[in-house]
Amino acid sequence: MWMTDLPPFVLFFIGALFAALTRGRIRGFIMLAIPLFSAANLWMMPEGVHLQFAFMDYQLEPYKIDKLSLMFAYVFHIAAVISITYSLHVKDTVQQVAGMMYAGSALGAVFAGDLLTLFVFWELLALTSVFLIWARKTRRAYVVGLRYLIIQIFSGVLLLVGVLFYATEKGTLDFQYIGLDGVYGWLIFFAIGIKCAFPLLHNWLTDAYPEATPTGTVFLSAFTTKVAVYALARGYPGTELLVYIGAAMTCFPIFWAVVENDLRRVLAYSLINQVGFMVCGIGIGTALAINGAVAHAFNDVIFKGLLFMTMGAVLHRTGKINGSELGGLYKSMPWTTGFCMVGAASISAFPLFSGFVSKSMVMVAALEEGHSIVWLMLLFASAGVFHHAGIKIPFFAFFAHDSGIRTKEAPWNMLIAMGFASALCIFNGSYPAVLYSLLPYQVDYVPYDGTHVLAQMQLLFFSALAFVWLQRTGLYPPELMSVNLDSDWFYRHLLKRLIQQIGYKLGQVNHRFNNQLINIKCLVTSYLQHYFSPTSLFGGTVKTGVAVAWISVLLLMILIAAFSSK
Amino acid sequence: MDNKPKHIFDDPKNVKRVMHFLYASCALLFALDFVIHRHVYHSWENLWGFHAIYGFAGCVVLVIVATWMRTFLMRSEDYYDDEWNTDLDEKNTSDTGAANVDD
Repeated sequence: MWMTDLPPFVLFFIGALFAALTRGRIRGFIMLAIPLFSAANLWMMPEGVHLQFAFMDYQLEPYKIDKLSLMFAYVFHIAAVISITYSLHVKDTVQQVAGMMYAGSALGAVFAGDLLTLFVFWELLALTSVFLIWARKTRRAYVVGLRYLIIQIFSGVLLLVGVLFYATEKGTLDFQYIGLDGVYGWLIFFAIGIKCAFPLLHNWLTDAYPEATPTGTVFLSAFTTKVAVYALARGYPGTELLVYIGAAMTCFPIFWAVVENDLRRVLAYSLINQVGFMVCGIGIGTALAINGAVAHAFNDVIFKGLLFMTMGAVLHRTGKINGSELGGLYKSMPWTTGFCMVGAASISAFPLFSGFVSKSMVMVAALEEGHSIVWLMLLFASAGVFHHAGIKIPFFAFFAHDSGIRTKEAPWNMLIAMGFASALCIFNGSYPAVLYSLLPYQVDYVPYDGTHVLAQMQLLFFSALAFVWLQRTGLYPPELMSVNLDSDWFYRHLLKRLIQQIGYKLGQVNHRFNNQLINIKCLVTSYLQHYFSPTSLFGGTVKTGVAVAWISVLLLMILIAAFSSK
Repeated sequence: MDNKPKHIFDDPKNVKRVMHFLYASCALLFALDFVIHRHVYHSWENLWGFHAIYGFAGCVVLVIVATWMRTFLMRSEDYYDDEWNTDLDEKNTSDTGAANVDD
């Protein structure tokens, strides 16, 4: 087979160029061929550094392959194929090019052997993905896109500063274990934390993802956060702080997800919840935990993409995405309903679906390392994610009360993409050996034993029972058209009001200062007017007659003086 | 509406069937706890039906707390709407967006 040494991101960028120049079926063909060729190519590539050059005093390695980066690269290729198939019907060239560039940037980031290359792709991820938000062309999307871009670029700037500190201290740019020592460790940690949606830094995600186009959100859900998870897994494995950050990330978003009405925003909250499991696993740091985190990232890209695809299909066909406006769509979109339920079962970690074989690794690892409280939090989050993503999403979109909306089934390309993702979810869940063989460490974990299956089934079925009971008794909160405050309130409201207040105060000071100036000016003018105005003593002009009279008097006096002195 | 084909959950009997299946599964799973010997990672798991009770209680607490949070977190839909002004109309944007560009 024809092979190339070119790094995957170059192939994707070439693909983006072709996507810009071609239209219609040819474009679709090229855009699908690129990730397929790139994946086949990658399959043949041995591990090691495939591209390096010197930059000033430092060695740059833009294409370095090892097991960890390969794992992410494979799933990014799968995500690219799925997302491109899903968006084949899109005629908007900007979106197609941005999607291709975005996927390429993510691949560039995971193969970056040095931190400077990582930084470049870190910023490219932000710059390319924002067009997927702007392409929605709503006023809200425009504003949200700007906010998203500012936060993402800020993350990149933090990373760059951290990298500069790192380079001066260590004398190298190699992307290895970093850890939380020194200023550079914390700077890079926060840079990754923003992209990873750490608590309080998370809001860009729930703000922006639901405002992108139906197809754009599918791209967005796959790459940015998973690149951040990859960077954490390489730079900060075994950092204890991450255990607690991860546990917090699994728990807090589910409360917002329960009361959120926009179903794609519900999914955005559950995305943070799932990333929490990965962050927690990386923090635990044992071979089992890291394997679990990476495997869960792999599965999450597919099932979260699947869920976003089903909601995207609903939005595409009905133009609505609020739970309060939907319902009964299983009648018109039976296939989409089925795929959504596969995604829901996978994210809820039902046995035989993909979430089950990866999430449980992290949870077992938490127990093995004696993190009992964290384990309880993860268990609570597992029940909670079933509750809001597993039941709420399919229930309010496709069942619940009939909204009366009758529409067509999703377009064929969307159905193929969703079907492929569903098949992968079931395959990974039922036959995890393939997934496990790709993991960075040797796996001796058996997901399917009586204990695990029974415990998980009990947890899930009784969570479902709780949902039914809450619905029946009317305790379940109704879906309402509303905005729920989150940490973005601090910069969207508080900071804005603060700036407005400061502006107002500055205005007042300025006003007073101006008033004082005016007073002084008035004083001076009245003084001048008094003495030098046309009617005043010094400034006035006198009438000719008077002047002549005075001059005559003067002359007379001179004459008298002259005569009298003789 | 009469000439439209009936759908599966239009018949309340089918909804009832699903509910009965759920109740039966829950009862069965709870009963299995007494039959299957589980190897236990944590002492709390010795409690019979630990996962079942935890799952149920967890979800109820989740929903009740989330509903309570609405009292101080919920705002009207246009709470943040003063973020844009009329200049944005010049940026080729609208309320509804380009939802149909990809049709």
